[in-house]
Amino acid sequence: MDLGSVDHVFPHYGRVPPVVHAWFGRDNQGYDVYARTVYGARASILVGVFATLFVAVLGSFVGIIAGYRAGWMDSVLSRIGEVFLGIPLLLGGILFLYIFPNDPLTTPFLVQVGKVALVLGVLGWPLIMRLMRGSVLQVKPNDYVQAARALGASPTRIISSHILPNSLASVIVVSTINLGVYISVEATLSFLGIGLQPPAISWGIQISEASGIGMIRAAPHMLFFPSVALSLTVLAFIMMGDVVRDALDPRMR
Amino acid sequence: MTLSAGTGGAPNVELLDTRGVWKSVDGLLLEVDQLQVEFRTRDGVAKAINGVSFDLHEGETLAVLGESGSGKSVTAQAIMGILDSPPAFITGGEVRYCGQDILKLSEDERRRVRGPEISMVFQDALSALNPVFSVGWQIAEMFRKHRGMNKSDAQAQAIRLMERVQIPGAAQRVKAYPHQFSGGMRQRIMIAMAIALDPAVLIADEPTTALDVTVQAQIMQLLADLQQERRMGLILITHDLGVVADVADRIAVMYAGRIVEQADAFELYAEPAHPYTKGLLDSIPRLDQKGETLSAIGGLPPSLTNIPAGCPFNPRCHYAQDICRIDPPPPLREVGRHRFAACHFSELLLTHSPELAVTQTTEEVEAHLELGLDYPVAAGGLDHDQDMERGGEPR
Amino acid sequence: MSQPLASITQEVVLKAENLVKHYPIKAGVLRRTVGHVNAVDGVSFELYKGETLGIVGESGCGKSTLGRMLMRLEEPTAGKLTFDGVDVYSQKGADMRRLRRDIQIVFQDPYTSLNPRMTVGDIVGEPFDIHTDVVPKGGRRQRVQELLELVGLNPEHINRYPHQFSGGQRQRIGIARGVALNPKVIICDEPVSALDVSVQAQVVNLLKDLQDRLGLAYVFIAHDLSVVRHISDRVGVMYLGKIVEIGDEDQIYGRPTHPYTQALLSAVPMPDPTLRDVREQIVLTGDVPSPANPPSGCRFHTRCWMAQEICSVEEPLLVERPDGQSEHDSACHFAEPRVIVA
Repeated sequence: MDLGSVDHVFPHYGRVPPVVHAWFGRDNQGYDVYARTVYGARASILVGVFATLFVAVLGSFVGIIAGYRAGWMDSVLSRIGEVFLGIPLLLGGILFLYIFPNDPLTTPFLVQVGKVALVLGVLGWPLIMRLMRGSVLQVKPNDYVQAARALGASPTRIISSHILPNSLASVIVVSTINLGVYISVEATLSFLGIGLQPPAISWGIQISEASGIGMIRAAPHMLFFPSVALSLTVLAFIMMGDVVRDALDPRMR
Repeated sequence: MTLSAGTGGAPNVELLDTRGVWKSVDGLLLEVDQLQVEFRTRDGVAKAINGVSFDLHEGETLAVLGESGSGKSVTAQAIMGILDSPPAFITGGEVRYCGQDILKLSEDERRRVRGPEISMVFQDALSALNPVFSVGWQIAEMFRKHRGMNKSDAQAQAIRLMERVQIPGAAQRVKAYPHQFSGGMRQRIMIAMAIALDPAVLIADEPTTALDVTVQAQIMQLLADLQQERRMGLILITHDLGVVADVADRIAVMYAGRIVEQADAFELYAEPAHPYTKGLLDSIPRLDQKGETLSAIGGLPPSLTNIPAGCPFNPRCHYAQDICRIDPPPPLREVGRHRFAACHFSELLLTHSPELAVTQTTEEVEAHLELGLDYPVAAGGLDHDQDMERGGEPR
Repeated sequence: MSQPLASITQEVVLKAENLVKHYPIKAGVLRRTVGHVNAVDGVSFELYKGETLGIVGESGCGKSTLGRMLMRLEEPTAGKLTFDGVDVYSQKGADMRRLRRDIQIVFQDPYTSLNPRMTVGDIVGEPFDIHTDVVPKGGRRQRVQELLELVGLNPEHINRYPHQFSGGQRQRIGIARGVALNPKVIICDEPVSALDVSVQAQVVNLLKDLQDRLGLAYVFIAHDLSVVRHISDRVGVMYLGKIVEIGDEDQIYGRPTHPYTQALLSAVPMPDPTLRDVREQIVLTGDVPSPANPPSGCRFHTRCWMAQEICSVEEPLLVERPDGQSEHDSACHFAEPRVIVA
């Protein structure tokens, strides 16, 4: 009898606190919480990473153009960004996923994940765009950029060799913090029943199931372990962001 | 620039009365005695000041001359008591104002000295003035806090001060903000704040470095007038040999946290007693000379976390010999009447003795530096000094 | 324009004609233009091969803007710039890029003029990556090392980062980058102002040495009159966007005819205490007027002790004002030589 399996249901083992054969205990249906936490990591982290990458790439791209070209293009792009910024992340997410729901049984896992990431990305890119634009505006007047212009460097070279490397630091740090935020938002969306749907697993779904009426007192281990996993992951990514930023800084080597 | 060089004249009785406790002895206002300051940083301990001593009398102008990493600004901040501790720590010495060691005072008592007795003017007026308060408010604050005046009286005093420092239309501009003034005007406002409570000692830290030369002339003239009027002692901290020549009575040259020469201004320029001073004087272009190649001092000022053994100037000195590298750093000793220098060969230098041999030329110093980096050098230039002064780490 | 003696036999390598740069001041929600900052307001001069032309002035006089205009880092509002007979402002694309090989720049601030994330080798080698036909790919590293040696740096430090060098050394790196493409003209924009006194001399010596070795012409922009005198053959004095006096260095320093030049020279502190009470002190009153609202007529008349009615009405032209000995151009109705510096 494979007690560690994810899909096997052992109702008579339901809500068992942590024991030898189930380190994190078991949930309502007897699923092993430890196994589900491990599998749940996949969805949560994928959502976080995809959303962050989407936001970072799109936001940086638009931010660089807005900062480098300045003038009317900057105004237009900034206003567009502000429109998106004005849409509350959670509300917009709920709306989008309500209109395009994830069918729990037929929608493939990656598509579900992708949809959630897309929502987060579309609503979150202006933040990075403003950050990158600000960095570019700070870097542009520096003499070394003027020197590159004086040498006859093309805008592509100026952006890729001079502006981008010196503007990345704050974007990296903020992105890794946002990654944690996105994972939490996914958890919230799933908690509300809008993001991923069971039988897909994510920490959000686990937390959702663990937070029913009276559940928290009856089986606290169901809420505790996925929450700890979520917190530790968010912390880990934030620290990674610091380390990456330092690694890229020649002054720290 | 004419200045009455008063050393040890009769103390001004009126001024003393308003000071209360503090009375100068024979016109001697400030004595710095073997001051030692360390910066404890992640990269090591930087000995910013290594035994600095000097005196200041009423009406006297003492110039502290030095480049980055010399410790000149740290000295000023230590006297004022505004060093950030950590990372700065005063590890030795005394600073006696009117005979009393002010380093041993409590913070409260220190605050009563800072402002009414010893005051400071900084280099960059834009960052030294608070941008969100009007200039009148900031000047008046001195009166409200230290003299307990009410707002309108304090403002009236502020207007009077602004007129004294020659800000046109003072009554109208008292409510204006710092950014609405030009650089020269802002510096005048800072001077007004500094002299508001009639201090006996004014420390000016690079007061004109950021200003244009015509404005600089105006500001230096203003400082000289104020000093004469109030018989203040002025400590002028700068790296500009021209400004120093115009106003200083006595000059203390600093290098790597030590005073390497101290002399009367005329004597110093005519006959330097330390190779560093000589090197500096030889290397500056003069307005009245179009010369050939400037004779430069090779190399760079040392990093304060790793000062060279022996005399700190030895790696760059044209006259360095073994004694300079091996023996402990030469102490600041008397080499003439009221002349002090920290060099084994000062007498030979002063008399232009043929016994004084040139042991390395500038090119040799440079070659030595590039190939071997025999001694660790400061990685930063002017910023380095400012970093340290703001309590930052030496880069 | 009067012909200084040295230039009669030499060729003009850079010629500026009536350069003008006005920056619009925008205000209000709709960002309408409410005025202009007249940063550079009609500057003309000629630069001869191998010489150093010093441009001095205080803050707000427009000398930095002029420097950037000479590099075409700023587009002119009006005016013409000719290099070796070629009209600089009408060049486009690849032609402009080619032209950039011949006019280079050294910046003031050693801390912001080098990309902190590039190694020294990359920084000095970048010109060769942009202009690939100057040095073949295989020989670039060696050329970079030669350049480092040329400016007095250790070629083995080619893989170090800027923060590992001192201010003076960084400035040398900037100079190495400037001479990499063998230019004919280098615009030096306050190259030693940010350096320690003892290091300034080193860099000035280096610049002079390179000029002799490589036949460079310099436009040396600075506010330190002593340094400018030391390195320049001719000097132009700028005030509020215009050149008010231009001539050989001994004419400008020895017999200045424009009151602003005289005031400027008298304000420079001299490192000689014996001159304290001897030197004539001309202390100007008031502040420099705003470039957005320059005075009418002669721009200096609001601070000039010789100003008369004509000065506020008619702007004096920069023309030869004979002073009986050595004529040079000056823009004052009452230009009179006066010895300020002994």
